[in-house]
Amino acid sequence: MSILEEIKEAVASYKPAKVKELCDRALDQGIDANVIVREGLIAGMSVVGVKFKNGDVFVPEVLIAAKATHAGMDSLKSVLASSAEEPVGTVLIGTVKDDLHDIGKNLVAMMLEGAGFKVYNIGINASPEKFVKAIEEYNPDIVCLSSLITSTLHWLGETIRVIREAYPGKPLKIMVGGAPVTQELADEIGADGYGKDAQEAVERALSILNIA
Amino acid sequence: MLKTVIFSPSGKEVIIGHGMPTVIIGERINPTGRKAFAEKLIKGDLSLVQEEALKQVRAGADALDVNVGAAQVDEINMLAAAVDLVSRTVDAPLCIDSSKPEALEAALRVYRGKALVNSVTAEEHSLSRVLPLVKEYRAAVIGLCMDEDGIPGEPGERLKIAQKLVERAEKEGIPAEDIVIDCLAMTVSSDQQSALTTLETMRLVRDELGVNITLGASNVSFGLPDRKIINMAFFALALQAGLNCPIMDPTAPGLRRLIKATDLLLGRDQWAMSYIGDVRGYPEE
Repeated sequence: MSILEEIKEAVASYKPAKVKELCDRALDQGIDANVIVREGLIAGMSVVGVKFKNGDVFVPEVLIAAKATHAGMDSLKSVLASSAEEPVGTVLIGTVKDDLHDIGKNLVAMMLEGAGFKVYNIGINASPEKFVKAIEEYNPDIVCLSSLITSTLHWLGETIRVIREAYPGKPLKIMVGGAPVTQELADEIGADGYGKDAQEAVERALSILNIA
Repeated sequence: MLKTVIFSPSGKEVIIGHGMPTVIIGERINPTGRKAFAEKLIKGDLSLVQEEALKQVRAGADALDVNVGAAQVDEINMLAAAVDLVSRTVDAPLCIDSSKPEALEAALRVYRGKALVNSVTAEEHSLSRVLPLVKEYRAAVIGLCMDEDGIPGEPGERLKIAQKLVERAEKEGIPAEDIVIDCLAMTVSSDQQSALTTLETMRLVRDELGVNITLGASNVSFGLPDRKIINMAFFALALQAGLNCPIMDPTAPGLRRLIKATDLLLGRDQWAMSYIGDVRGYPEE
């Protein structure tokens, strides 16, 4: 098995320490850091992502796999910064105001990173104003809004309205998601995309930017 | 220890108290995560509400939670209509559940019993809007252990929020016996200590404040396989820690029986009458 295969395997079998060690070794062997990310870490994470979508693995396993990916990224960070390959796109993600749900949104963030996006995660209970400010700071291609309870669903539409008002004419795509969100609601409030689960969110984000 | 008494329009009482048999509040009148249910509500069709009311009371619910919140549902009119329909369908007190104070008010106005309002938080906008309604309609209320800063990760801090809820309610003229605290359960899939935090908070709330305790417990197993078994284990632990009126699915196989068995083991079921009655009443389970 090649070392890249080994990294992929170690991510998919949830071994943060081993992933870090293998990434160090891969760098020593002179493998390009971007290749390690793509063919090792991201490849491993997408194995887990597909299994998760199919119901074969569960939330704690996705979280530990993500931790393994991050452990590998730590090793590669300094090298990556100097040889930065362009991300496929930039995403700003957060859970809307009054909503404290973190996990689903973080899963989507990790899977997007896994697919090659640069992701800025502004956390939970984020007001429309907080999104507007973060857009100025990070200039994302896509903004992802999460709502996990019916009582905060109205903040999806409100946040979209405030963002559109703050940036009229800006070619900014907005996606929404979360358990109570439906395609019908997404259409009604003028969202550009909706994913019913994390994997679908990634697919939608890629298609929205005409990448896949 | 304080006793919370709620009753149906006909006067049928349900008493919640520590050391007493657990009160089962049925959670199934709720469109969250149930597309067909939400679609009917959008069209103003309450047939599933009625169906779920009957099914849950038959399955042993002592009281029923009524929630009609979903995207595109006119909650203000639908909650009042649902509360009215359920109270004409079954004789059980209701837990009126909405995050919209206007919807709570509309439903409280039509309800002739003593309801449990679900819920108020320790956030100022919630306290100032919901507590006056609870007072005006002589209801009881569920207080959630969260405030402007979210949900504290430490049991002592969560207890402080419960304390604040009780104090503010008393200031509004609502007695402590009409406050039921929800210590909030989060999933153990992302933090394996989170159930312990909830259990420890419940112990503190019971011992320090003496108020009654509810919990939406099924959250605890989110993201994990065979959730039912995690929920059951958690219920047994939570009942010992002070939970005495869980909001749960009485139709889930084995769950109601588990509650009865735990009550018996915790000395809350004299001569095992409730447990034996449950086995006789539901021999097929």
